[in-house]
Amino acid sequence: MSFERTQEKLKILADAAKYDVSCSSSGSKRNNTNKGLGDATGMGICHSYTEDGRCVSLLKVLLTNHCIFDCAYCVTRKSNDVKRAAFKVQEVVDLTINFYRRNYIEGLFLSSGIFKSPDYTMERLVAVAKKLRQEENFNGYIHLKSIPGASDELMREAGLYADRLSVNIEIPTEAGLKKLAPDKKREDFIKPMVKVKNEIIQYKAEKKIIKSTPKFAPAGQSTQMIIGASGENDFQIMQTSNHFYNNYNLKRVYYSGYVPISYDNRLPQIGSAVPMLRENRLYQTDWLMRFYGFDVSEILNEQHQNLDLDVDPKLSWALRNLHEFPVDVNTADQRMLARIPGLGMKSVYKIINARRFRKLNWEHLKKIGVALNRAQYFMVCDSNQFEKRDLSAEKIKGLILQNSTSKYQKILSNQLSLFG
Amino acid sequence: MQAKNLIYDGTFDGFLSAVFYVFEHKLKTVTIQNEFTVQHRLFLENETIHTDELKANRVWKGIKSRLSSNGSYQLYYAFLSEDSGVEDLLLEYIQYVFSQRKKVDKDYTHPSILKIAQIAKSVGREKHRMEAFVRFRLTKDAIYFASIEPDFNVLPLIEKHFKRRYADQKWVIYDIKRGYGLFYDLNKVELINMDFPENFNFTKTDNAFFAEQEFEFQKLWQDYFKSTNIESRKNMKLHIRHVPKRYWKYLSEKQPN
Ligand code: SF4
Repeated sequence: MSFERTQEKLKILADAAKYDVSCSSSGSKRNNTNKGLGDATGMGICHSYTEDGRCVSLLKVLLTNHCIFDCAYCVTRKSNDVKRAAFKVQEVVDLTINFYRRNYIEGLFLSSGIFKSPDYTMERLVAVAKKLRQEENFNGYIHLKSIPGASDELMREAGLYADRLSVNIEIPTEAGLKKLAPDKKREDFIKPMVKVKNEIIQYKAEKKIIKSTPKFAPAGQSTQMIIGASGENDFQIMQTSNHFYNNYNLKRVYYSGYVPISYDNRLPQIGSAVPMLRENRLYQTDWLMRFYGFDVSEILNEQHQNLDLDVDPKLSWALRNLHEFPVDVNTADQRMLARIPGLGMKSVYKIINARRFRKLNWEHLKKIGVALNRAQYFMVCDSNQFEKRDLSAEKIKGLILQNSTSKYQKILSNQLSLFG
Repeated sequence: MQAKNLIYDGTFDGFLSAVFYVFEHKLKTVTIQNEFTVQHRLFLENETIHTDELKANRVWKGIKSRLSSNGSYQLYYAFLSEDSGVEDLLLEYIQYVFSQRKKVDKDYTHPSILKIAQIAKSVGREKHRMEAFVRFRLTKDAIYFASIEPDFNVLPLIEKHFKRRYADQKWVIYDIKRGYGLFYDLNKVELINMDFPENFNFTKTDNAFFAEQEFEFQKLWQDYFKSTNIESRKNMKLHIRHVPKRYWKYLSEKQPN
């Protein structure tokens, strides 16, 4: 491979791919059984972090940034005046293998602009994955983007070589999509998603009967939504997210604060802030749904359509539901413990383990690592010192905010002043 | 009874042999010290412990039967921290474990258990960091070579990971601080000591030692790393928390070009 040309292409095609936030490389089960290169079992590793603090675990590039479509929110859109480039299949293979051998990455995340047609593009993505698996004996992680509108056969083949497949819905509502990406239709995203979901189900069924069924996308599928490009509220976003989790067995939904890249007047203008705090609150809500036993409607509903920016969604829920508190940490079940603000799942498990030996008091809880400055208003333990004043939600919130510094404090005060 | 200072050879088996000695002689006032870091204590009689694999195994088996598998991991991890005084803390932990009838390694309200868990956690964190931050460079004799300088002695902990992952390439991971490394020869991993040429600079990729294509891939990786950054989201504080500066010197993406 010619070094200078590859270097040039890599610059262009990595730059174009970086707005896709998904970088997870976990959850696969590809063992290194053939004495080949790499394995992708269990947790993925972040080999480095970008200067904005995001995990770098995969070589994330576009195969090409030529595109026949013109989605307003995308740097690769047809009408945008940028340098274009396209990798050869072998170039991507060589880069992946050589980066992997040096322990730079966990694998490849390959996406692409749509050149010629969806199938033509998907075919090339599949060719890269196939070469890596069959010629290079590569067992590392491969994430392929499903190209909206690609055929079922290609999606099936993609799933045989890839660990994860994803289609980005990008815009949370159909109306928003129509406005910003007139070439695209919801069905085109849904179709490959349904295909992959069905194949995974079929794989699991066949796996029970025949042991050697080839693996199909063992790390499942994921999608991404852009936040703050098309005016949706948090309630709409999380409803869409919930819908996709439930109906397409998605492993992850990613939320990506829109980074302004164009002067198109349908979009926030260049220079406006990336809604990072809002993105963070949406992730927190996502976690509450997936790991803390919350139903999305408890957090967001008709009455409460946007997440608070100044406090996290769990605290916000607790403040609206003070009648559920205080919780006695020595007797409460796991579900209720998980709902105490300031208690993460790890602390919950530690409490459940430690209380087998003795009743826990504040000292014990502090040692275990519970963030008492929040939790103290919502729990009682083996001590007669607890919050006895009957505080209002406003008052508690005030006390907590007074004693905490958020890493988003600066952003917060900036973003709040927008409304103030 | 005589108060004693037990001196062992720095190995895990040596430490366990010392623990055996404590139980055998029912010592009450005792400290355990590594022979490389021995500090003489007044009023303590020094006793050199002979490392005995059989005794060590007996102690280890006993400990394991009284702990969850996580507990025995924690104990080993904490040992590898090489923290000064960690042996005494471990002894206290082991004595507490044996004095109770229940399995107590999850009783975080006991000071030695909490402390060991915390030390083990730091060691575990560095193990993961090393699995992430090792950067191989291809040498002229086709070996992928990496040098590290971890705070704790984590080489024994990362061996399995790298062996599984890089099964089809020869590699060396060398701990410069402790002067030993792991060498995988396509079949097995061995502990090695190496003599480096006088002018060998660990942080530099010198073309006298490294393959020609090595420079190209490092350059491509550096470029890649740069282009993943989204300027409008820059947050160096968060970045440094994830990648503490003391690790930068061996990270290819952090080298000045
Ligand atoms: S089809 Fe994809 S790559 Fe092309 S403009 Fe739309 S979002 Fe961008």
